[in-house]
Amino acid sequence: MTVSTNGRGRSTGGAATRGRRRQLGGVAAAAVLASTLAACGGDSGSPNALTWYINPDSGGQAEIARRCSEASGGAYTIETAQLPREASAQREQLIRRLAANDASIDLMSLDPPFIPEFAEAGFLAPVPEDVAERVTEDVVQSAVEGATWDGELVTVPFWANTQLLWYRESVAEAAGLDMSQPVTWDQIVEAAQQTNTLIGAQGARAESLTVWLNALIESAGGSIISENAEDPEDIEFGLESDAAVRTAEVMRSVADSGVAGPAFSTENEDASATEFEGPDGGFMVNWPFVYGRALSAVEAGTLEPSVPEDYGWAIYPRVNPDDPAAPPYGGINLGVGAFSEAPELAYQAAECIVSDENQAYYFTTNGNPASSIPVYDDPEVLEVFPMAPEIRESLEMAAPRPQTVYYNEVSAAIQRTYHPPGSVTPGVTGPTAAELIRAVLAGEQLL
Amino acid sequence: MTQTTLPPREKTQPVSAPHGTISDRSRSERRLGWLLAGPAFFVMLAVTAYPILQAVYESLFSYRLTDPANRSFTGLSNYWVILTDPLWWQALGVTLFITLVTVAVELVLGFGLAMVMAKALSSIRPVVRASILIPYAVITVVSALAWQFAFDINTGFVNSWFAWLPGVGTDTDWFGGTWTSLLVICLAEIWKTTPFISLLLLAGLAQVPEVLQEAAKVDGATWWQRLWRVTIPNMKAAIMVALLFRTLDAFRIFDTIFIMTAGANSTESVSFLAYRQTIARLEIGLGSAVSVLLFLCVVLIAVGFIKIFKVDLSQARGER
Repeated sequence: MTVSTNGRGRSTGGAATRGRRRQLGGVAAAAVLASTLAACGGDSGSPNALTWYINPDSGGQAEIARRCSEASGGAYTIETAQLPREASAQREQLIRRLAANDASIDLMSLDPPFIPEFAEAGFLAPVPEDVAERVTEDVVQSAVEGATWDGELVTVPFWANTQLLWYRESVAEAAGLDMSQPVTWDQIVEAAQQTNTLIGAQGARAESLTVWLNALIESAGGSIISENAEDPEDIEFGLESDAAVRTAEVMRSVADSGVAGPAFSTENEDASATEFEGPDGGFMVNWPFVYGRALSAVEAGTLEPSVPEDYGWAIYPRVNPDDPAAPPYGGINLGVGAFSEAPELAYQAAECIVSDENQAYYFTTNGNPASSIPVYDDPEVLEVFPMAPEIRESLEMAAPRPQTVYYNEVSAAIQRTYHPPGSVTPGVTGPTAAELIRAVLAGEQLL
Repeated sequence: MTQTTLPPREKTQPVSAPHGTISDRSRSERRLGWLLAGPAFFVMLAVTAYPILQAVYESLFSYRLTDPANRSFTGLSNYWVILTDPLWWQALGVTLFITLVTVAVELVLGFGLAMVMAKALSSIRPVVRASILIPYAVITVVSALAWQFAFDINTGFVNSWFAWLPGVGTDTDWFGGTWTSLLVICLAEIWKTTPFISLLLLAGLAQVPEVLQEAAKVDGATWWQRLWRVTIPNMKAAIMVALLFRTLDAFRIFDTIFIMTAGANSTESVSFLAYRQTIARLEIGLGSAVSVLLFLCVVLIAVGFIKIFKVDLSQARGER
């Protein structure tokens, strides 16, 4: 008897619980649905809201967005949306959204090599002539080139990056290397061998490998793409040239001479910086973030203050003693989405974002060098970044990576054939890479 | 507590339903069945059948996402490009290698863990089960990153802990070669998914009748004999289900490779190829063709397993 009552009691109790659960479930489903719909809507209600898709940084872009929103006096408010960490993943996300005509993309932080692809696909709103004039005034040449496609400015230059040759002053002195004069790769390999130290470069199968290869081949007087064309089958590659052979020789000598560290084939920019901070650090090619990184490590107590004090910097090493180096060029430009509902407002905001004041702020707080020349004369910048003059000089010499709609294919094929750098064979790897790119662009091979 | 027995009754003879007609009752049951399963069936059609058919359709075109105007029908040429490319066969080989190694090791390990979970003292059983299941609750990307950091030459502890092993030193670059990379990838996969297989095997273990074990014990069978003659034959169905699920899962490996090597040193799997063509290169046609081939491989594995599975079922029932 008790059992059966219990059973009934339980069952009715169960029904009540189920009822409550169902209600709860309904509420939860409605909440999820509402939030999803809100997310689909894109902007969060405030009038004249602009969404800026940013690459992850140390908070600088969010702060600039806040400052510009305030300065606009209510004309617009910029909200930031963060993209993935890797440049390739940023491209993937933006391009898929834009292919679906996403109107929520008003502004986006774009890596320069991908700009031709975006421009050619019609994903960028045209830059008004007056804006184009203002945002290219007093801007370093490589940044203007990186923001241009087909002879037209398609994005707004924001910050411009370049790699320097970093060295330990004590090591250079011990090797008897005069760092006030331009040095070559052969010289630093020899110096590292003499002093039993390491050279940091990026040998991992990633975009950084293409960056290194492009800098070497451009320094040797060649180019990855020797003749650009609209039709992928007409593009001519410079990977079979003498400059490419010389490039392969330098890569091989760095990878093979015992100065590249044990994990060279997986070494990215961060790994190079870690190695350079260590006891075997001698030389390194890397972006200026390494300086700020070392200073923060000192502040955090994980690095001896004597280490960054020993840091020296110079222009990127030469490949041939008589030809000037062509350092890597990177950075971020601002694109305005072609499907944005307020492109004029977005260009207004972009002009505010790239103002000298904001670029100086971004440089000093986040370590990302400005594209605007006057910023390099700012005393505050010079105090925080004593290497600012070298960065500016390097930016003037820098060579961008090949500008092509098919940059992703070109870069991925180069990474596949030139990795690991220890297996690069002068005169063989270059033609293999060129052949692979040709076959991939013709749709005859996988990548 | 009195024992009651039912009065003897005449056995009812089974009457088969008349052929060709459906009774009202079975018709209403059928309708109820459709009402209950129908929504799920249509949702499944919408979220699986539709994308699969769309992928099959797209795979017949040369189609770049950024250039929809130049989309053109190319028939089966995408499949020809893939099947004549050594990269496809290499990726297939890597995928099969990872699948075979991980599933084999996981089966043995998972069986051991299932035995531990089944036999553990009831007081510690919840703790044992929870601790065994933790890796399965970890997101694959997180587990891949954790294993990558452990083996990384700069941040990892593995090199310094295992420097006494031959072939391992403080400067061993695990992600610098094909086989060492695959070893770490397999280890991470095994660590992560062994709990899944052990959970399925635990369910199988619970189904083995205790009376059979006792009878075997009475007959003087050793522990080893009982395992091979009683336990395993009686849970063959569970083992097959566990193997099938894990094999299908292992064949689609992507996350761990993406995080650890990003396909460097010839460690690309078939899924990774599909990702690179579709997402990175934006070649929807070629990428869809890779996906369709991956789908066909998975179907082949499933059909193969189900055939073996059926044979085993009949064996278990003593029909052969």
